[in-house]
Amino acid sequence: MTDFLRAAGEAAERIAACEAKGTRAFLAWSEAALVEQAERLANAGASGPLAGEVVAVKDVIAESQFPTTCGSKILEGWRSPFEATAVRRLREAGAIVAGKTNCDEFAMGSSTEWSAYGPSRNPVDPTRVPGGSSGGSAAAVAAGAVTMALGSETGGSVRQPAAFCGIVGIKPTYGRVSRYGLVAFGSSLDQIGTFGKDVTSAARLLGVISGRDDRDATSLDRIPLGLPAPAPANLKGTVIGVPREYFPEGLHAGIKAASDRALARLKDLGAEVRDVSLPHTKYAVPTYYIVAPAEASSNLARYDGVRYGPRADGGLADVRAVYRATRGHGFGPEVRRRILLGTYVLSAGYYDAYYRKAQHVREAIRADFARVFAQGVHALFTPTTPTPAFKFGENTADPLAMYLSDVFVCTANLAWVPALSLPIGRDQGLPIGGQLIGAMEGEATIIRIAQALERAVDATAEVR
Amino acid sequence: MNWETVIGLEVHVQLLTATKMFCGCSSRFGDPPNTNVCPVCLGLPGALPVPNEQAVRLAVRAAFALGCTVHPRSIFARKNYFYPDLPKGYQISQFEEPVATGGALEFVSVERGPVTMRIKRLHLEEDAGKSFHDRVPGMTAVDFNRSGVPLIEIVSEPDLRSPAEARAYLTTLKQVLKYVEVSDCNMEEGSLRVDANLSIRPAGSSELRTRTEVKNMNSFSGVEHALTAERERQIAATERGFGVVQATMLFDAASGEVRPMRSKEEAQDYRYFPEPDLPPLVLTEKWLAAEREALPELPAAKRERFAKTFQISAEATAVVTATASVATFFEAFATLPHGLSGRDSWNWVANDLLSLSIDGETVPLTPDRAAQVVKLVQSGQLSRQAARRVLAEMVNAPENTALAVAQRLGLVQVSDNSAIEVWVRETLETHPGEVARYKAGEAKLMGFLVGQVMKRSKGKADPKAVNASLAAALAR
Repeated sequence: MTDFLRAAGEAAERIAACEAKGTRAFLAWSEAALVEQAERLANAGASGPLAGEVVAVKDVIAESQFPTTCGSKILEGWRSPFEATAVRRLREAGAIVAGKTNCDEFAMGSSTEWSAYGPSRNPVDPTRVPGGSSGGSAAAVAAGAVTMALGSETGGSVRQPAAFCGIVGIKPTYGRVSRYGLVAFGSSLDQIGTFGKDVTSAARLLGVISGRDDRDATSLDRIPLGLPAPAPANLKGTVIGVPREYFPEGLHAGIKAASDRALARLKDLGAEVRDVSLPHTKYAVPTYYIVAPAEASSNLARYDGVRYGPRADGGLADVRAVYRATRGHGFGPEVRRRILLGTYVLSAGYYDAYYRKAQHVREAIRADFARVFAQGVHALFTPTTPTPAFKFGENTADPLAMYLSDVFVCTANLAWVPALSLPIGRDQGLPIGGQLIGAMEGEATIIRIAQALERAVDATAEVR
Repeated sequence: MNWETVIGLEVHVQLLTATKMFCGCSSRFGDPPNTNVCPVCLGLPGALPVPNEQAVRLAVRAAFALGCTVHPRSIFARKNYFYPDLPKGYQISQFEEPVATGGALEFVSVERGPVTMRIKRLHLEEDAGKSFHDRVPGMTAVDFNRSGVPLIEIVSEPDLRSPAEARAYLTTLKQVLKYVEVSDCNMEEGSLRVDANLSIRPAGSSELRTRTEVKNMNSFSGVEHALTAERERQIAATERGFGVVQATMLFDAASGEVRPMRSKEEAQDYRYFPEPDLPPLVLTEKWLAAEREALPELPAAKRERFAKTFQISAEATAVVTATASVATFFEAFATLPHGLSGRDSWNWVANDLLSLSIDGETVPLTPDRAAQVVKLVQSGQLSRQAARRVLAEMVNAPENTALAVAQRLGLVQVSDNSAIEVWVRETLETHPGEVARYKAGEAKLMGFLVGQVMKRSKGKADPKAVNASLAAALAR
């Protein structure tokens, strides 16, 4: 038996075990597909940086073996005739696609509770959400079904579930990874990100999928990131900024304790820790919830039942009836809410007050980061989330409470800067994530710091 | 009351690129439905647009040809609306920052003489697919071959004062765009489409009153008819005291009438916003300079230069500058070493050569081959009359020289004096009575005698040589 087949067989057992516990990390996977890919790779004598690695793929990323539903009924059964550039690069690197992972519908949500196919469970505590929207990918890695997975971010959808599940999630610089084949939500914010059981595995996966792609006009004209170097022995000469806006009065005590401990470890490693300010942070959530829904309202217009996906005929009175019925049945409540919100902020008479203003504020948020990084700061350290993983149903009745769980993560999407989350401890058994935010194209720096911090903190230890 | 008409036009022009605006699919017209499509132009989930540089180049060339300011930085924007032939639910266009603004095009108005039409803006966008409501009973069929074909939209200021001026402007615009090879401007195939805005006002007033938009015009004459009908409708409505209501009117070419579009189909809020999938379109100084440099001579400049160089009138230059190809032919032909005056060259091209063209857009002969015929006429071997037949035949016989064609058709004239003198002598011997009467003063008999000589030569004699020879013989 070849290494590829052994890897596929073992992965099938681990995925089956994960799903048998009711994790529901996957929307689609099969042992047959794993074996078929392994045979193909073995026959081709595949080698490459990810040879034989089994990688789970979030269902908003186009892939041809399984449907690409985006967690939505409106794309139920949709098989993409093409694969995302990131998936193609995975395959070229010798990896096996494990299957498609669950997510909030069209990546809109922070818990997977808005998946049309039911939520995933947090492997650490199955009464709690795994976070979202890339909750299925995070749960698959946390449950040990796979060692790495692709997710996507529009406003923290990789880092937040990574924090909730106690794993590592990286959101690269906007343009670092091609968006070709990533089903669009908020195009100016969307970026494919990676999950790993540790910093090195998430970084290895990022190295493989990064790099210029002529199919994405917003793709950065840079060579792919290299594989991560070994963890540095210390962080002498490294300046870590601590933005005070991310440590508000009344911050969750466990989050605060974990962050303080991580900062102490960074100092122990020789880093200089410096207080900084990002004054426009308070506008990030409202700005995000104008920009992202606006772009979403346009990006999701194509799901009209005319060319693909299930069509509800609405009595076929006219084409508008078909649109209404198809979209009314096909989209869930959160997607409908955001389409309405986005349509509103782009409407004649409201555009200047909302969308244009949001663009200006976004510039100010970007300038905050640029200014801090121009002052010699190499990375910012913040908590990833304001609370540990919440329980099912805790926030679904209150969209604003759900939106606020993204308060520390959505700034990096608005500013296009790279950021990652790594586990920094536990509070009452629940994982806590620490966030490192880098300057534009500063992935290598935050990965290096994360590797050092990862070795210096006991992420499984209670923080208080 | 005397009413003045105020018209502005929005012209959509398909660009002559091999591929579409944002993907590599062919932009060819007339292929079987839905064969030139891919994930990008079908708007499949996850597909992304990448701009076609050639489309940008042609848009910029059109902008320069229309005297516009081309902006080094412009922004693509999404125009959002639902329609089955619009696969993404939005059209990628330009809105707040178009690639070009502020141009002008001069044309000749029948009523007012030379008129400068101000161009407000010119922007790039992609075409939608095409809906067919009559192919499948009870259904609409959609062809996405056209989806993503590059377009420019040229928006004018309301500078036109009559439907005839609208037509004249369009004719001039089409000529310019074809000259610079930006578009074939074929209204039947939809590569040029026109929407008009029309209002009326009391003559002499400068106010702008409520206007209506007129759509669905499929030819230049259709534009003129539709705008005439709409003008009359507005005048009647105003004079009866109803006034003009802002509306979109559809022209029905069969009945020649305009009718209002159902209100459901209009009142769109397109929710324009900057296209996040495309960075700003940035054109470097160097690239723009090269494009400006490469701009071919425009029709107006060409007419002026031809009038000066070849000493022909403005009206005359228009004929030989109708298309870039005809103008190139004329210039090459007129400057060959045949010794013709500019006016004579013009006569050959306008009267003898352009009539050989099926579409009036190109001359189906090379200037050199045309000049061979001129030489035969100049040397007396071919009559001016027979030249036309030789030219026509040369189109079908590209391998043959003019002389060979003339010989095959038996049109070569004999101007050899010895042969002509024999025919003259024989004619005079056969018609002693007419000779005597001519000598007695009946000068008109000269024509008869020439005819007899020509007859004897079976039409091959050069009439000029016959005249000279006869005159000499009769004088003896």
